[in-house]
Amino acid sequence: MTERTRTENEALIQEVLKAYPEQTKKDRAKHLMVNDKNVDKSKKCIISNKKSQPGVTTMRGCAYAGAKGVVWGPIKDMVHISHGPVGCGAYTRAGRRNYYSGFTGVNNFVTINFTSDYQEKDIVFGGDKKLEKMIDEVEMLFPLHKGISVLSECPIGLIGDDIEAVARKKSKQINKPIVPVRCEGFRGVSQSLGHHIANDSIRDWLLSKRDEDNSFETTPYDVSILGDYNIGGDAWSSRVLLEEMGLRVVAQWSGDGSLSEMELTPKVKMNLLHCYRSMNYISRHMEEKYGIPWLEYNFFGPTKIAESLRKIASHFDSKIQEGAERVIAKYQPTMDAVIAKYRPRLQGKKVLLYVGGLRPRHTVGAYEDLGMEVVGTGYEFAHNDDYDRTMKDMKDATLIYDDASAHELDEFVKVLKPDLVGSGIKEKYGFQKMGVPFRQMHSWDYSGPYHGYDGFAIFARDMDMTINNPCWSKIPVPWKQADKSSLAATA
Amino acid sequence: MSIMPNVIIRKNQQGQLSFYVPKKDLEEMVVSIEYDGPSAWGGEVQLVDGSKYYIEPLEAPPQLPLTLRVKRL
Ligand code: SF4
Repeated sequence: MTERTRTENEALIQEVLKAYPEQTKKDRAKHLMVNDKNVDKSKKCIISNKKSQPGVTTMRGCAYAGAKGVVWGPIKDMVHISHGPVGCGAYTRAGRRNYYSGFTGVNNFVTINFTSDYQEKDIVFGGDKKLEKMIDEVEMLFPLHKGISVLSECPIGLIGDDIEAVARKKSKQINKPIVPVRCEGFRGVSQSLGHHIANDSIRDWLLSKRDEDNSFETTPYDVSILGDYNIGGDAWSSRVLLEEMGLRVVAQWSGDGSLSEMELTPKVKMNLLHCYRSMNYISRHMEEKYGIPWLEYNFFGPTKIAESLRKIASHFDSKIQEGAERVIAKYQPTMDAVIAKYRPRLQGKKVLLYVGGLRPRHTVGAYEDLGMEVVGTGYEFAHNDDYDRTMKDMKDATLIYDDASAHELDEFVKVLKPDLVGSGIKEKYGFQKMGVPFRQMHSWDYSGPYHGYDGFAIFARDMDMTINNPCWSKIPVPWKQADKSSLAATA
Repeated sequence: MSIMPNVIIRKNQQGQLSFYVPKKDLEEMVVSIEYDGPSAWGGEVQLVDGSKYYIEPLEAPPQLPLTLRVKRL
């Protein structure tokens, strides 16, 4: 494997940009970079969190997607209303595979699509009455729900419905929290603003509910897991490690999380933050208001897990520190066996990532544990502070791209020739048809968990299963066919 | 009109002051602060990247983290 040099990657960026008209070229050039370890601030090299170019296929979602799909949706004992026309909720229903415990439709509503299904008359006359009626129906049909979130889709903001007033009024009537969330899809440039809006709505409508209530018995070892959405069970395989080392996990945000867990979070001693992008806002708020420190950690791959467990433990007493060592020692033999089995099959393989949230940097350690190398990485909706963190985690001269377009990714893959592409469902089939091994790294391609020690064993198996699958050489990629004339005949 | 961004000032784990501007995702260490004594806190603040801000001086060092409106200089 020959490493690509900085000059080669810079030339590749120039090559890719050639396809664009002048203005687009100028703009996109600011979103593509070659990692330079000597620079400590990303804003000198890359611009992010900007509006996507018109006419360029972006992989981003909308603010509603960030608020409903990511932050609010997984809270299991609340009903999350997709407020507006039916499509936004219907097409995103259950897509993220946030696992949860309980009985769906009884005390648990994660995979049910609740929508106010706006029609023309609701747009013309306003839909506040419809929302009120809907809340009454929810209360009648699902009496065990603990509260409701009202997640606005685009039209709500356009027609100026007053969902806050409805929320206040109905909340008093049913005596349960109702949270209006102003996450209309047109706000912001990507799902990222949706995360922020969702964080703010939790802060304003829920978090202080138990400030006066001291009946919850706390311990010095109370922590919460923030920014783990329990995709394929991720939060469960993380939680057990924390518990084994002696900590008490009071709340999971928001995968398999519940309303009362969220309300109790201000009582914990430390917030453990996995996905910085989607929950740093609420962490910072709790630090300021309740004096709860927060700590970023990474539970992908044994090296990073051990590092994180020790980092977490260093903020507690010797009992927890010993606990961390005990946990690390306990899983070490299993991890050694996983690595002994898969590393020889994966050694030296190159990976190209294009995902969101934390994965473009957090999964790097797990690939490295398997002897693999990440040759390019990028985010759909990151901000400067994410790239600051990424530049530290990546090797020098790695290609980094922000809000990459389909054209850019195609060209990068053709030139870098990775052995594996990890990205989303929108990219999956294109790359598979190109004969490139692909894993869907948003919701783990129907697999998981990938967090924690248990998750790493599955991660390693999945990567091997994908890369070393004999199917890839059997796919007839049109432009790789020797006989061009037969192509012309079918055209 | 001068820009008055909302800023969260906190101490990181090494005890250094950090400056966070949510709207701009600017997270930067403070290199100097004009008043850092027991009787006054704030004034002119300089960040690692060279930019300068002004915090209306407080009478005593505040409990951190703290959200403040500051003036960009
Ligand atoms: S952009 Fe608007 S209409 Fe489209 S999915 Fe998001 S909320 Fe719905």
